[in-house]
Amino acid sequence: MADLAETVTERVAVPRTITRSRGFGVRSAGDRIFNLSTLALALVILALLFGLTLQLFTHALPSIRAFGFRFLISTDWDPSNDVYGAAPFIYGTAVSSFLALLIAVPLALGVALCLSEMAPAWLGRKLGFLVELLAAIPSVVYGLWGVFVLGPWLRDHVDPILAKYLGFLPFFQGPHISVSMFTAAVVLAIMVLPYISAVCTDVFRVVPQTQREAAFALGATKWEMVRMAVLPFGISGVIGAVILGLGRALGETIAVAMVIGNRPEISASLFMPSTTLASVIANEFVEATSDLNLAALVELGLILLVLGLILNIAARTLVYSATQRHFHKDKR
Amino acid sequence: MKVSPAQRRHDSYRKIKSNLMVGLTIGATVVALIPLFFVLGYLLSKGAASVNWDFFTKMPVPVGQVGGGMANAIVGTFELVGLATLMGVPIGVGAGVYLAENRGSQLAQVIRFAADVMMGIPTIVVGIFVYGIFVKPFYGFSTLSGAIALAIIMIPLVTRTAEEMILLVPQEMREAALALGVPSWRTTISVVVRTAISGIATGVILAVARVAGETAPLLFTAFGNRFWSTSLFQPISSLTVQVYTYAISPFADWQRQAWAGALVLTAIVLAMELGVRWMTRGSARVAR
Repeated sequence: MADLAETVTERVAVPRTITRSRGFGVRSAGDRIFNLSTLALALVILALLFGLTLQLFTHALPSIRAFGFRFLISTDWDPSNDVYGAAPFIYGTAVSSFLALLIAVPLALGVALCLSEMAPAWLGRKLGFLVELLAAIPSVVYGLWGVFVLGPWLRDHVDPILAKYLGFLPFFQGPHISVSMFTAAVVLAIMVLPYISAVCTDVFRVVPQTQREAAFALGATKWEMVRMAVLPFGISGVIGAVILGLGRALGETIAVAMVIGNRPEISASLFMPSTTLASVIANEFVEATSDLNLAALVELGLILLVLGLILNIAARTLVYSATQRHFHKDKR
Repeated sequence: MKVSPAQRRHDSYRKIKSNLMVGLTIGATVVALIPLFFVLGYLLSKGAASVNWDFFTKMPVPVGQVGGGMANAIVGTFELVGLATLMGVPIGVGAGVYLAENRGSQLAQVIRFAADVMMGIPTIVVGIFVYGIFVKPFYGFSTLSGAIALAIIMIPLVTRTAEEMILLVPQEMREAALALGVPSWRTTISVVVRTAISGIATGVILAVARVAGETAPLLFTAFGNRFWSTSLFQPISSLTVQVYTYAISPFADWQRQAWAGALVLTAIVLAMELGVRWMTRGSARVAR
């Protein structure tokens, strides 16, 4: 019966782009004009993406010429002597984003599984809505809250605990400061969590119901079903979601600039202030003292852009393949 | 069928493990939502006292004086976002129509991918871009350049939402119009887009809510202004930048106003999000 229905739909299925199929006669001038004008608007997107990359590159050229590859590994950031190195910022961005993901990914996976597998549909929708509200709060508001509420709270209540039990590690030694790498990582984790969990929820929702039923039919418990049916099916999408979250964390500017303390030095302790690529641009761009200073800041932006492009291309490819597998199956 | 005690023990272990994992996912959801309530709670408790008539009608006062408000920043945010919408929405919707109408074509796939990638690039980079092509060579910091930066951020969001909404329109409607001899382009405008318009509108509102909360791209485009901005070619204040500068200032009265500004900003953004979702019964979402 199901087969019959499938054959019938297949036979009557009309290509989506009926207007484009040659069999229906020539396209009129109006059609051509309309299509060309919407094409022009669509090309704006490509133009913007290329323009962005090209513009940042040319703007950063003086700095690229002056410092070359050394820019990436030098820790000197000294506007008074016009010498620039990006290492402290790259370090700060990498560590804060990595820590943020360390906190956010397990939670986000739990949230996504809870919303798609555990909670009844009506509750899942309501909770999903609340999680999306987390993503809707402007980042400057998170920054404000981080500076005045979360930072001091972490300093007084979490830092001592970490220092007590993990104090043998260099990361948890030294004075406790409220604007720090650690505070920034927690704020970032709160901010990227809704993105990661939303994409994961989408990925889990396209797991065919038959997979779940098959697992249950074999006597699997709920968790075994998730392990056997849901996670293997969604793994590439989950990785994509994590990379997408990483991209967000790298580029987050204002909230981080407010809570990380902006100290361009590399220190092992997470309780010390640090800085990131995005936050130093936000802080110093307007006050750049020389053309080379500005070019160096633009080069930091270029690093951010290139990282963003690479991560997003990778993530989108993974998420596409994860959410479209079922799509192809339906079409067959 | 006999079940050995070992088997039974193993089964109950499996059940306990499963329940434990279910409990952990529920716990994760609770933990994830705690910050939401704390942020909103602190906003209300610290900001509400300072949100008064003065806050909406008065201008910022010089350092050291107490009082004043954010009238210019509130108007500035509306001005910037309004202009950005005027620029970004036509381009976004047009591009979305193209992507939906030429779904299979290779070029459309490339553009769709580019739009998705663009959604993920850091917004401060857009600020640098607009600074380089617009602020530096032309008028300096200006309302217009701030709006352009926001529009650039809006375009891919609107494009992808519009495309998805248009694809939801049943193929039969298009076929019916075509069968009546309506030209294809008129079918697209008067039937397809018109059917999808409410979905597109909700997508636009969500995109507007998103850019209204943006600070980073405005820092070196719209910059900020302690006075009214009287022309598109002058710097302009916005709620986000104002909250940022007040929050990192060492003055208690400014910090107090930062909380008030953050409360108003969040209220505006959440009102748009909640309004749209309430009207569409939760089905609306912006592309991400």
